[in-house]
Amino acid sequence: MKEGAVAKKGAVMKKRAATRKGAMRTGWKTAVGLLLTGVMLFPVYWMLNVSFTRDQDMRKSPPDLFPTHGTLDGYRKVLDEQLPYLGTSLVVALGTVVLTVALAAPAGYALAKLRPRGGGLLSFVLLAAQMIPGIIMAMGFYAIYLQLGLLQSVPGLIVADSTLAVPFAVLIFTAFMSGIPGELLQAAQMDGARALRTFWSIVLPMSRNSIVTVSLFAFLWSWSDFVFANTLVNGGTHEPITLGIYHYIGNNNQEWNAIMATAVVASLPAAVILVLAQRYVAAGVTTGAVKD
Amino acid sequence: MNHTRQLPDRRSVRGRSGAATVAPPPAPVRERRRPVSRQWAAWAFLAPVALYLVLFYAYPLYRNIDLSLRHYTVRSFVQGDAPFTGLENYRTVFDDPAFAPALLHTVVFTAVCLVLQYAIGLALAVFFNQHFRLSASLRALFLVPWLLPLIVSASTWSWMLNSDSGIVNAALHTLGIGPVHWLTSPSWSLTSVIIANIWIGVPFNLVVLYSGLQSIPQSLYEAAALDGASAWQRFWRITFPLLRPVSAITLLLGLVYTLKVFDIIWIMTKGGPADSSTTFATWSYQLGFGNLVPAFGPGAAVGNLLVVAALVFGLVYVRAQRKQALS
Repeated sequence: MKEGAVAKKGAVMKKRAATRKGAMRTGWKTAVGLLLTGVMLFPVYWMLNVSFTRDQDMRKSPPDLFPTHGTLDGYRKVLDEQLPYLGTSLVVALGTVVLTVALAAPAGYALAKLRPRGGGLLSFVLLAAQMIPGIIMAMGFYAIYLQLGLLQSVPGLIVADSTLAVPFAVLIFTAFMSGIPGELLQAAQMDGARALRTFWSIVLPMSRNSIVTVSLFAFLWSWSDFVFANTLVNGGTHEPITLGIYHYIGNNNQEWNAIMATAVVASLPAAVILVLAQRYVAAGVTTGAVKD
Repeated sequence: MNHTRQLPDRRSVRGRSGAATVAPPPAPVRERRRPVSRQWAAWAFLAPVALYLVLFYAYPLYRNIDLSLRHYTVRSFVQGDAPFTGLENYRTVFDDPAFAPALLHTVVFTAVCLVLQYAIGLALAVFFNQHFRLSASLRALFLVPWLLPLIVSASTWSWMLNSDSGIVNAALHTLGIGPVHWLTSPSWSLTSVIIANIWIGVPFNLVVLYSGLQSIPQSLYEAAALDGASAWQRFWRITFPLLRPVSAITLLLGLVYTLKVFDIIWIMTKGGPADSSTTFATWSYQLGFGNLVPAFGPGAAVGNLLVVAALVFGLVYVRAQRKQALS
């Protein structure tokens, strides 16, 4: 009995030692992981640090590693000068989201479930469309908008920004909606009216995850867009935040705390998305790149 | 995956919209061919996107080709009566002394970014694939550079690489290395934008390669470990070969993305100084919008060369993806 207890105790201790050893073995990996993450995110930290730095410390050599004399001057400037830009960006990004989902969800449904003639070709065109460089699209849009008088208009920018997201969105919706079991949809004998009802009351509610993924990316890309904004609405009354930062860099090379504070504010959507919806992001990246 | 949860919803929705929608029980498989009415329904759903592609992809592209084949001045650009000059703009571009350097920069930029992004991304993916405390959260944090607006990353790097007040030169100074004029010297500007672009591209490679690693069966590694294979051997004999399809797709997609990088370079250096960091993307934009007298025709011509390159590699990518989907 006693011996048994001792043996048991020994086994427990051995096990504990093993787990402690295991924890130590992965402990250094965690340390390396933290170090690597720190190196990778250093520019983000630096942006934050500079955004709190006082004007007179900005040119200090070597620069302060921590905002010991922190100031909110930069953020005060953001509130004073950048709010209209942020508002425009928000409107443009939300408009892009609505337009993208409205266009892409029905298309994804048709490609996934209704087997249209020529659907394969359309999917191929969508893939190819993603490859076209943004500046080319921007130049084409510029020529067209100039004739239509749509330069420096918010709707024009929304339409242009949506080209960043629509092909990707259709591919995501198609991939996801293909996974909806066919029995639910009875697609084999579907006329137009039934197809619409099925889409609206079954497919869309079931596609919540993919709608979130698509909306996140559409929002983020539109919010971050610089090429279309710089080409199509530069100098207009409604400019997005990316141009707000760009003008800052161009105009006053001295006020880097204000520039970096604006950059921090412009990064907030990305931060929110990372915290709240990280799994949707990873899903989007992998579905977009590697279909499995 | 979550349709068990959704089933009650569906029933209630159906109930509301009338019992008539309930499908006849076990539907006989009537037609294997596609019924005409369903074709109409399908294309009704596709029509908006099809129209959209024509209006907002095909037409801008067509306008761009048209631009590249005519002699435009600012006046004729507005009035739209520019004379047709055939391939004249392309000839202008090829004969331009800026052509060879731009081509070289594009190739160097793309190749170096691609290789280093892939190598760093793969190393990180392998590292994070070993499960340790915090590995999932840290991996998530690695996404940050990829999610930030490019103008944010570009301006942050600009300030970090500032010759006089940048943190990079301050760090080099403590190592006893003199200041490097990252953005203002022609010999360093391309390196600077490459560094910034690698930083932005690593997360994408990490995420995609990590998801590729997940599909390699763990038993292979266990068997190899039993046979006494070292970690290094396990990587080169198992991980790397089995990851090849995913690697091919990552690299091809990265190639297409990197070819069209514009924002970073434009914001950090505008392709300068003295065109030392000019790639086709920035050159095209420079010609069309960067000068006081815009050269829309040559700008569009350079852009179209870029489109052709992107589409060629894009086709290779689509083929690789199909092949992977089939196997």
